[in-house]
Amino acid sequence: MPNSSAEGRAVSLTVNGVLRVVEIDERTSLLDLLRERLHLTGTKKGCDAGACGACTVLVDGARVNACLNLAIRLQDAEVTTVEGLTTGDGDLHPLQRAFIDRDAFQCGYCTPGQIMSGIGCIREGRAGSRAEIREWMSGNICRCGCYPRIVDAVRHVAAGEGA
Amino acid sequence: MQPFDYLKVGSQAAALEAARRGGRFIAGGTCLVDLMREEVERPATLIDISALQMREIVATGRGGLRIGALVTMAAAAADPHIRTSYPLISEALELSASAQLRNMATIGGNVLQRTRCTYFRDLSAACNKRAPGSGCAAREGYNRSHAILGTSAECVATHPSDLAVALAALDAVIHLVSGSGSRRVAITDFLIRPGSAPEREHALRDAELITAVEVPALPRPVRSGYLKVRDRQSYEFALASAAVALATRDGVIRAARVAAGGVGTVPWRLHAVEQRLVGGWPSAQLWRFAAECAADGAEPLRHNAFKVDLLRRTVERQLRIVGQP
Repeated sequence: MPNSSAEGRAVSLTVNGVLRVVEIDERTSLLDLLRERLHLTGTKKGCDAGACGACTVLVDGARVNACLNLAIRLQDAEVTTVEGLTTGDGDLHPLQRAFIDRDAFQCGYCTPGQIMSGIGCIREGRAGSRAEIREWMSGNICRCGCYPRIVDAVRHVAAGEGA
Repeated sequence: MQPFDYLKVGSQAAALEAARRGGRFIAGGTCLVDLMREEVERPATLIDISALQMREIVATGRGGLRIGALVTMAAAAADPHIRTSYPLISEALELSASAQLRNMATIGGNVLQRTRCTYFRDLSAACNKRAPGSGCAAREGYNRSHAILGTSAECVATHPSDLAVALAALDAVIHLVSGSGSRRVAITDFLIRPGSAPEREHALRDAELITAVEVPALPRPVRSGYLKVRDRQSYEFALASAAVALATRDGVIRAARVAAGGVGTVPWRLHAVEQRLVGGWPSAQLWRFAAECAADGAEPLRHNAFKVDLLRRTVERQLRIVGQP
């Protein structure tokens, strides 16, 4: 039985504002580090191959697929996951609120990735129209087909209505 | 994933020294990490080059542009100079992958991107590219997405990059460095057709590093663009694509650059199409006449004969889009 506090190399990175120093196997992805070691299970594992977007997080402010990031490469990086969006007093991020208000999910599995990607999309200035949002959010698959409402939520926040 | 040693280097000299001892460079890692997880790739050592200084996009003295190998796809696509002077590059980039992947993946790595042939990625399938001598499951298998140009008995896999198609149209040059010095290779010589050795995909030598991609100046004024045809509207590889640049003066086409993707084992430069365009007056007839020869030499497989006509029509449509504003 492998030791769950895996031997290996140390990496220190900031996750949701908290400095974390962990010993990891070189093969550990950021996704597995978040979920299995740091118990931040908001970030979801869908395809584990960069094809579905469920694991989208922000690394140094840019949206990326956590499954394709080797954690060992993230020394001194700043990672933001869906757990890091709420403020100290528990207020939801405007995009989280917009997803609820607009019923932008059904099963919810892709939702954390959709929200993190939506934040990236807005920051990149690519949420100017429904067509632009659809194109720039195409890396996030929703098998429930909630796309129209996801676009509604991103558009709402991008337009400043919910910010 | 197989175990590997991880080494982060702080300089080009250290990177090359490490590579001489054996190992694979990793930049964005979007292709390599995926294939390592599938155990298609099993590097003993990963040499992390992300700290190297190759992130600049600079104008060259010759009126062209040099893009550092570590510039991300997102950064290159957003660069004002590229968007203004080489829209076919920014369009090819923005039609590739997803926003998340483009934030990670680099220009140098994109050129080295490996095929999406499903048999290449399936360890249980015969694949001369992954396991030389094992055969090609795609040739007699399901080959709808495979190549119709530049194939061999040993391999029919397409080159997956959109960027490389735009770069082939532009006569881009790959800048390389190794312990024995630096050299430059035209991208159309750098990417190699499979022939009898499909495991060899490019002209990169052992312990050699891509430092930049240089795009030469085009005759001005020029209009350019990239069209990608695929099964999904977004976030999908090309069934056929066309990179087109046309320089027109006094109503006559003075220079034409045309290349196709999704159809070849390498980005497919269409010199014959270009020759039909130069000296012509932009018209629907000219676009059709030029595009008629786009698929010359094609050897379709059982499931991809549709690509012959699709390629012609994709080229014709993009000639019309670029040539008739």
